[in-house]
Amino acid sequence: MLSYLIRRLIAAAGLVVVISMITFAIFYVAPRIGGATSESMASRYVGRSATGATVEQIAERLGFNDPIPVQYWNWAKGVVVGTTYDYGAGVEKCPAPCLGYSFRTQQPVLPEIKRRIPITFSLAIGAAFLWVVSGVAVGVLSALKRGSIFDRIAMTVALAGVSMPIFWTGLISLSYFSYTLGWTPPGASYVPLTENPLKWAHGLLLPWITLALLFSAQYARLTRAGMLETMGEDYIRTARAKGLRERTVVMKHGLRGALTPIVTIFGLDFGLLIGGAVLTETVFGLPGLGQLAIQGTKNNDLPQVLGVVLLAALFVAVANLVVDLLYAVVDPRVRAK
Amino acid sequence: MTDNVKTPYLDVNDLRVHFRTDDGLVRSVDGLSFQVERGKTLGIVGESGSGKSVTSMAVMGLHTASNAELTGSIRLDGQELVGAGKEAVRALRGKKMAMIFQDPLSAMHPYYTVGNQIIEAYRIHNKVTKKVARKHAIDLLDRVGIPEPGKRVDSYPHQFSGGMRQRAMIAMALSCDPDLLIADEPTTALDVTVQAQILDLIRDLQKDFNSAVVIITHDLGVVAEVADDILVMYAGRAVEYGTAEEIFNEGEHPYTWGLLSSMPRFDRKRTERLEPIKGTPPSLIRVPKGCPFNPRCQYVDLVGEPCVTERPSLLAEGSSHGVACHIPPEQRSAIWNDEIAPRFA
Repeated sequence: MLSYLIRRLIAAAGLVVVISMITFAIFYVAPRIGGATSESMASRYVGRSATGATVEQIAERLGFNDPIPVQYWNWAKGVVVGTTYDYGAGVEKCPAPCLGYSFRTQQPVLPEIKRRIPITFSLAIGAAFLWVVSGVAVGVLSALKRGSIFDRIAMTVALAGVSMPIFWTGLISLSYFSYTLGWTPPGASYVPLTENPLKWAHGLLLPWITLALLFSAQYARLTRAGMLETMGEDYIRTARAKGLRERTVVMKHGLRGALTPIVTIFGLDFGLLIGGAVLTETVFGLPGLGQLAIQGTKNNDLPQVLGVVLLAALFVAVANLVVDLLYAVVDPRVRAK
Repeated sequence: MTDNVKTPYLDVNDLRVHFRTDDGLVRSVDGLSFQVERGKTLGIVGESGSGKSVTSMAVMGLHTASNAELTGSIRLDGQELVGAGKEAVRALRGKKMAMIFQDPLSAMHPYYTVGNQIIEAYRIHNKVTKKVARKHAIDLLDRVGIPEPGKRVDSYPHQFSGGMRQRAMIAMALSCDPDLLIADEPTTALDVTVQAQILDLIRDLQKDFNSAVVIITHDLGVVAEVADDILVMYAGRAVEYGTAEEIFNEGEHPYTWGLLSSMPRFDRKRTERLEPIKGTPPSLIRVPKGCPFNPRCQYVDLVGEPCVTERPSLLAEGSSHGVACHIPPEQRSAIWNDEIAPRFA
């Protein structure tokens, strides 16, 4: 078990390094391949009125003329130990972990990201709870009552849930439940959990349900397929032969066997989501990470986008690690390998 | 009370298990009767698809498919199981009747330790603490011959060898001292050397627990080893039913002859070839009229007409030995003595 843990940790660390390289490449190398010069890269960091000579100078100071590996090294070093940006008019400090320094807002991007993490996290965790519980419950019932009216209706709704985009279901539900019925507050009404848990949940209810609808459909289908498979296994017959009650047979023996793919997909979905639920946050006006990334893109604020992307990638890597560890908890055969 | 001792512990009468399918009615078991007393072992023998496993599942009440139709009678210790409530039969499972399955690797849950699976079985029917149940599980593992049971109780099935897994499976089945033990191909998935050990174990345990045992197999070697009585099944029916001596020493049904002749034997002359039964088992949707074995029977010309029109009944004239065949008894013994028996001489 311990060696499994260590191997997984090393693999996760390696994954993070690779992710950082890819992220760096997307933002710093790809534009160069596309024809951008070191000057045009640097021009984003200076005012529009800057002369060609100034831009050249800035490009040199920000290291755009260095070989790519050196640039990556300096950037990665900044993430780990912090760095300073000398752009001529002054020196800006970016303490570790420096995910980047936004020259638009004249500050490191990390504090703003930190401020937004709880919002995205609140959205993700509530939605995840809803979709796992509802998806698995519907999936189990559908599998047990295969071919019944319940199964058919559930699977049709599930198909519809997967097919309907968030920006449509979100807007429809917002218009109906918030503006027509007034049950939930309209968008852009986030209240931190620490301030008022009730208002926190009330404000997030609609985004939760909307997001959960999209995911629970997938989970219901996955659970149904898994249950149909495990309920036909020999060990289910053994469980019945012991005289176990059918409910125990289903929940303890059947569901346990069907859990592995659900754990896998959940880790990836959740990791992806806490990196920013772009559509949901935009529709419901939640100032989370996804919105920050959109903002950065609109403003051509490269470091800000890079910061969010790097963090999101990190979340996915961590989620992957957690999934790997959960595997070992769920399936003892994994531990032995 | 002396009368009670004689009543068979398991009494199956005219059992029919049919499945309604889109292709037609599948008559998996069609009018089967047999009895097993405590302390006795019945071997049910037949090819794949002859209805052996369907029979055992019916006794255990494990036919959950909505298209399964059970009629006839299954009496366990005098209690009728056909038509009994699901909950009533469930309460008997594991406690009064238990089952050992063919492939212990797939029959045990891969995610739970062997100990936990035995503890679970024990605690369904016994209100005891986990600690007591664990002690019981260790004792059982010890009883079925697993070394270091105190350690192995926390192992997972995949950490056991095939033979050990089957032992653990037996321990699980025995956890509540069942009076009826059904073993469905208990040795098929095991090495030959391990097979003998497992059969010995089942025989030993039967002596200790004085339980009624039903062993289902396609392997005549297995029943020769352990069975007191033998029921030969074909196409969902009994074609021959008698004591092991009767079947092996004076088998009377052409199908039984076929089974015996196709069995590899050490004492057989090496020059002689095995004689497989020609043809394939019939579809259980369209069972042949008359004797279901008639299309494959090489003696069908001896009788002719009745074999293809009239279903032979399992006659037991004055003895326990029943044979469902239209060939006159004298002629059958003649064939046995002249043709079949010499093959094993």
